[in-house]
Amino acid sequence: MRGFQKRLADFDKRGVHLAAISVDPSDVTAAHCRKMNYTFPFLSDADAAVIKRYDVLHRGAGPRGNDIARPAEFYIDSSGTVRWVNLTENIAVRARPEQALAAIDEARGSGDSH
Amino acid sequence: MKRKWNWLIWVGFIVAVGGLFSYEFFIQFPITRDFPWATLLLFGIGAVLLLAGLFRAFGRPQIYRGKVFGSIFTAIALLLFAFFSYVTFYILKQVPLSAQAPRIGERAPEFSLPDQNGKQVALADLLSPNGAVVIFYRGYW
Repeated sequence: MRGFQKRLADFDKRGVHLAAISVDPSDVTAAHCRKMNYTFPFLSDADAAVIKRYDVLHRGAGPRGNDIARPAEFYIDSSGTVRWVNLTENIAVRARPEQALAAIDEARGSGDSH
Repeated sequence: MKRKWNWLIWVGFIVAVGGLFSYEFFIQFPITRDFPWATLLLFGIGAVLLLAGLFRAFGRPQIYRGKVFGSIFTAIALLLFAFFSYVTFYILKQVPLSAQAPRIGERAPEFSLPDQNGKQVALADLLSPNGAVVIFYRGYW
């Protein structure tokens, strides 16, 4: 996540927003964003409804056996279509911002009229 | 005659224990996180030192100490290594399949959720002008 914050200007330049989603309540998220100086939106999906809709729920993986999100990244274009998905096979290995930027450039370079 | 302090065993053990805790640090950086080579390297150095220490403790027991505590430390270091391997090469790979996750070319499910400032943010708000990268993360609790 720090990597994405560091490269925020590169996403801005491409006109692409960032958003992070977890089951953390807003106050936890707010404290964390202050501490880490995260400036893009961190969204709180406390009942995991959106996480389930995206099928990225990790049952019982939270600290009290609660359901949380598994790491996953999507690039969604302006029409709302998924153009890139990264579903890791290792919890510790998340997408790097460079991968997302490359996916954006590829998607936008190939017949996207926006 | 008093036998010599077998520093190889002590240093080897400390390096191995440090190896375990080093992942807390190395996990912050993709280059040492995606494959934990730095942590494994520390374990490796610890193992070499421990084995060298054991070798001389058993080979020249009249000069070097460490037959008993060297064996115990080596066993503990092995257990730590086994624990680390179990976590990094098994536990961390227990990720759900997410077979129903939206695929390339499909429409992304709409959502509207509160952000860190309590403001409601919808996917539709994020898509202009050139789309959005949505990152699901485990959370910090």
